[in-house]
Amino acid sequence: MTKTMTDVVCPFCGTLCDDLEVVVSDDGKQLKEVYNACVIGTEKFLHSQTKDRITRPRLKQPDGSWKEVSYDEAVEYTAQMLANAKKPLMYGWSSTNCEAQSVGHEIAEMAGACVDNTAAVCHGPTVIALQDIGLPSCTLGEIKNRADRILFWGCNPAHAHPRHMSRYSIYPRGFFTGKGQKSRKMIVVDPRVTDTAKLADVHLQVEQGRDYELLNAFRVALNNEWLPDVVAGIPAAKIREAADLCKNGRFGIIFFGMGVTQTLSKNHNIDEAIALTKHLNEFTKFSIMPMRGHYNVTGSGEVLGWQFGFPYSVDLTRGFARYNPGDTSSIDLLARGEVDAMFTIASDPGAHFPISCVKHIAKIPSVCIDPHQTPTSGVSKLHVPVAFVGVEVGGNAYRMDNVPIDMRKVVDPPAGMLTDEEFLTKVRDRLKQLKGKA
Amino acid sequence: MSEYIIKNGHVFDPTQGIKGDKADIAIKDGKIIKDSEVSSKAKVIDAKGKTVMAGAIEIHAHIAGPKVNLGRIYRPEDKLFTYQSTTANTRMAGGFSIPTTFKTGYEYAKMGYTTAMEAAMPPLFSRHVHEEMRDTPIIDEGAYPVFGNNWFVMEYLKNKEIENTAAYCAWLLRATKGFAIKLVNPGGTEAWGWGLNCLSVDDPVPYFDITPAEIIKGLIEANEYLGLPHSIHIHPNNLGNPGNYTTTLDTLKLSAGYKAKNKFGREQVMHLTHTQFHSYGGDTWANFESKAKEIMDFVNKAKNVTIDTGNVTLDETTTMTADGPFEHHLTELNHLKWANVDVELETAAGIVPYIYSPSISVCGIQWAIGLELALMAKDPMRCFITTDHPNAGPFTRYPRVIKWLMSNKARQDQIKAFKNSDKVVSATNIAGMDRELSLYDIAQMTRAGPAKSLGIPSMFGGLKPGMDADVVVYDFNPDKPSAPDQIEAAFSRAAHVFKSGIEVVTNGEVVNNGHKRTLWVNAKTKENPQVMRDVQEKFIKYYSVTQANYEALGHHIVPNPYAIEVDATQ
Amino acid sequence: METVTITMKNPPALYLEADNICPDKFAGKTALQIADLHVFEGNTTSTIGKYFDVSGNAGASAADTKIVVKGDVKKVKYIGMKMSAGEIGVEGSTDLYAGAWMTGGKLTVKGNVEAFAATGMKGGELVIEGNAGNYLGAAYRGDWRGMSGGKILVKGNAGSDVGMYMLGGEITINGNVDVHVMTHAEGGKVIIKGNAKSKLGGQLVDGTIIVYGTIDVMMPGYKPIGTVELEVDGAKSKFAHFIGDTGERKKKRKGQIVYGNLYKKV
Repeated sequence: MTKTMTDVVCPFCGTLCDDLEVVVSDDGKQLKEVYNACVIGTEKFLHSQTKDRITRPRLKQPDGSWKEVSYDEAVEYTAQMLANAKKPLMYGWSSTNCEAQSVGHEIAEMAGACVDNTAAVCHGPTVIALQDIGLPSCTLGEIKNRADRILFWGCNPAHAHPRHMSRYSIYPRGFFTGKGQKSRKMIVVDPRVTDTAKLADVHLQVEQGRDYELLNAFRVALNNEWLPDVVAGIPAAKIREAADLCKNGRFGIIFFGMGVTQTLSKNHNIDEAIALTKHLNEFTKFSIMPMRGHYNVTGSGEVLGWQFGFPYSVDLTRGFARYNPGDTSSIDLLARGEVDAMFTIASDPGAHFPISCVKHIAKIPSVCIDPHQTPTSGVSKLHVPVAFVGVEVGGNAYRMDNVPIDMRKVVDPPAGMLTDEEFLTKVRDRLKQLKGKA
Repeated sequence: MSEYIIKNGHVFDPTQGIKGDKADIAIKDGKIIKDSEVSSKAKVIDAKGKTVMAGAIEIHAHIAGPKVNLGRIYRPEDKLFTYQSTTANTRMAGGFSIPTTFKTGYEYAKMGYTTAMEAAMPPLFSRHVHEEMRDTPIIDEGAYPVFGNNWFVMEYLKNKEIENTAAYCAWLLRATKGFAIKLVNPGGTEAWGWGLNCLSVDDPVPYFDITPAEIIKGLIEANEYLGLPHSIHIHPNNLGNPGNYTTTLDTLKLSAGYKAKNKFGREQVMHLTHTQFHSYGGDTWANFESKAKEIMDFVNKAKNVTIDTGNVTLDETTTMTADGPFEHHLTELNHLKWANVDVELETAAGIVPYIYSPSISVCGIQWAIGLELALMAKDPMRCFITTDHPNAGPFTRYPRVIKWLMSNKARQDQIKAFKNSDKVVSATNIAGMDRELSLYDIAQMTRAGPAKSLGIPSMFGGLKPGMDADVVVYDFNPDKPSAPDQIEAAFSRAAHVFKSGIEVVTNGEVVNNGHKRTLWVNAKTKENPQVMRDVQEKFIKYYSVTQANYEALGHHIVPNPYAIEVDATQ
Repeated sequence: METVTITMKNPPALYLEADNICPDKFAGKTALQIADLHVFEGNTTSTIGKYFDVSGNAGASAADTKIVVKGDVKKVKYIGMKMSAGEIGVEGSTDLYAGAWMTGGKLTVKGNVEAFAATGMKGGELVIEGNAGNYLGAAYRGDWRGMSGGKILVKGNAGSDVGMYMLGGEITINGNVDVHVMTHAEGGKVIIKGNAKSKLGGQLVDGTIIVYGTIDVMMPGYKPIGTVELEVDGAKSKFAHFIGDTGERKKKRKGQIVYGNLYKKV
């Protein structure tokens, strides 16, 4: 016999779809099938069921081999590492729940650590731009119900956020958008002819690294000022046409991704895109939203925000919180050799950081907490496998539009495995003892 | 639990009419008891020459939730050089106009505030609000979900369906673990979905074919149908514009003829919030002037209305409100960074930093208007002190506002310090007002009054035996002459603060994190299949989350929930 | 003026935060007292004396105090932070935040500085004889009030984001600059004697940029309006004159729209 669980939340991307149905065995131990999810989301659920999963912590031996250790030994190693470091970095947090993040921040405060999440390599520049000029935005339901102008700028939801267009942005029939896709004009700005671009009414094939100039040209066009004949590889007339198309809508939205956050100009691209959004509000209603990647990177920013006032790259070493990407950001800390211990959780810097950073991780004491074997677990001294959040344990997560959604547990983790929150709580309590605070 | 006896203090307790007489206050098991019932084991607190009051109640502040946190996140400069390090009893704490959650709890407690209400909870984000309240130590908190631009409410009220509106409100209060019915710029924020606004109570809401006046009256009726502890809590239309006092009077007049129906001792049917922002005359910023008198003439007569002030504190701060169109208007004026969040089917919010500069006459006039409202109040049980934190200034400035209200000299000194003091004087009444509020007035405006208005006078706001032991001792001797700055100093750092019988602050420092609770209202209504069908349909068609995940928003995340039960099934 | 000389003897394993190396903090103190001032390496608190030899006593006030920093201070941050008067001479290179939030006095660095030098500077003088990192004379994150006064001279090259949110004062770069100059500025002047790349004056409301060398790509919001002769540092030259950013909000003065000015030597 099996049972079907509804309203299950997908722990993959920032779209945080919450309409999944999951079939599990009657004893709640096996996950059989996943409905409504995209291919990636389905795999995320099914991956938890693999037979060769690592279920106990492993400590790297001098000869490079791994030795299985108990969770208690792993707790001791982690707490000692944090207690002895002058400047530990606690990085990741984007694929776990807010409850675990919160315990992690207590540890970081006690250890005098730097805390950072994966915004450091994706939407950190968006945060910087938000801090410089704000962010007129909305929830995804507003797009579904009202939006008739959709811009995808430097993002490719057809591949990275597979259900975004069907659930929220292009196809759904909302309250004021009863004709669905026919109610909407779709503009894609991308140097490549992506699968998303192929669906667009207008595709502006911007020259690589010139998004800032193109965004600026949109604003110049809104002001009816002089423009050079071609900007960023696009003829001025086409830019003016696209600007008019935005202006003449009733409710528009710019979605943007790593194509603009992580290319030349970074935060400035977003800054000017936000300025364009604000500018368009002089003519009509316009919003802008980052396409956040990890399903709970937004949550990490929120919890850091209310506990310390800064959403990523937070330096707690001196007993108070400081923030300045370029100084307190993970890549800079590692590349400059500023930190002497590395704690990674729920992310994979080994796969995403520059090689100079990964080399530094290999040199210093390190712990990686992750259900998977990853390049980061490979380079770390201790690997602590944990239960899958959103599959084997619930907890809170925040969608790309900051809407909080309660994740659901659908199956039990393998016997004896701890969750992120349980493991961190043990580390916290041990660190309290080491610091004489228990 | 410990027992305490606070001896020989000057007690100010409007619930018992005690006006500074010496009395002993006894505490046992979290409650106030008769001083004769305390045992010999009780710890004695010597309050000789000191002021003793109940814990203060914040009736309107933006302290938890999505827009507050967006404000924190987007203003790193608000934290710069403000941080307090970790101590034995406190987490590290920082921020000026939008402090971290920990700092919020500590700072309220240090001033003797023991209960606070988050003034605008977007229902879709209620889980976020509760997560932040969990991390706000010491103080009890509740949150007001916003209803004034809600599609269900507007559709029901278009057809005058009060019972359905009430059933929906009760369902939403339960789903979000909310405390009261809040309206922000009714209709105007929905209009903002299209970049528009409703500037008067008769401006029709685009598409929904209803006016703000109809929304306001309908929600008064639904609120009284349910008999909720608090009345509707309204931020009216046309906030912040010269000449808006007429819109405010039009809004206030909608209360006429309604009488409060509830078992909580509440008498008002409408609470009008941050009234300072709604008491403006003139028709441009050049001839901007105070209309505090016109507003208070009405409020003083209308016994079924309460207000709070929204005092400008003359600081650099961060404005944030569910009045989306107002924040857009403000960023067009001051060109500072603008954040906005429109929330599907429910509301919107905007955020813009603002500097209330003593060199700008408009800011001076706003400062005067806030004070005039309190000084003109004939019934301090119906006029409460707020700064609409952080909109008119951070809540940490309450001691300064109290100083200005209690000391004419402090006000005159500030008037003199304005760059354009003659402009401020000629556009306001403040210079000629010599009323100085008493400590008893302050106890009414910050304790007994808000408790009654919120419908929680049996728990909070007084020192009667049986009430929660929220007790504050200020190092301030009412028998001795004092300089104005001593008032501010005493109210900034209470000598002792007890929350539910636990001493949480001693000599202005946090000594215990208490046992914070979340207050919410559980209103039971008759089964209403139509409303439940409507809810189901809207979730399938228009919301971006499923109904099951929405209803989960407020559950099992709420710290120490304390439900106030309301039976509206009859 | 009294001179205090501090010489690095035990370089830190990580980096050192030394906001106390500042005339305002040294003023009125003896060499022994100065050696007792705090510095921070990660989460550990230590003293200047643990890392530096200190010789000489400070003057009575910041204005009477000169600090000479010798030895390898490449891994020392915050030298001269918030200084209001007096002098600091760093004989080598130094790390982040040199002269951040300074309001007066003079800070000279013989070598290079890393990012965030003169963040939020209000007055005084910063001379960098080598190269400067990113965000020279820029605002702190989120603040719309960047450098508002004082002078910065870089004899070498500067990184990206020079003068972001600048309101006043003057920055001269003798060498080349990386992308983004005076983004969001509402006043002040940046003179680039070498070459610039692109994104100059984006979102600029008001202010002046003068470039002697090449510009790889102009912002579309800068409109060419002819050539002018300008006198800079006592020498006259001809410049192509552009106004902008025409995409950005503009202020009015006496009924006339005020544009920012970009001059490029012809």
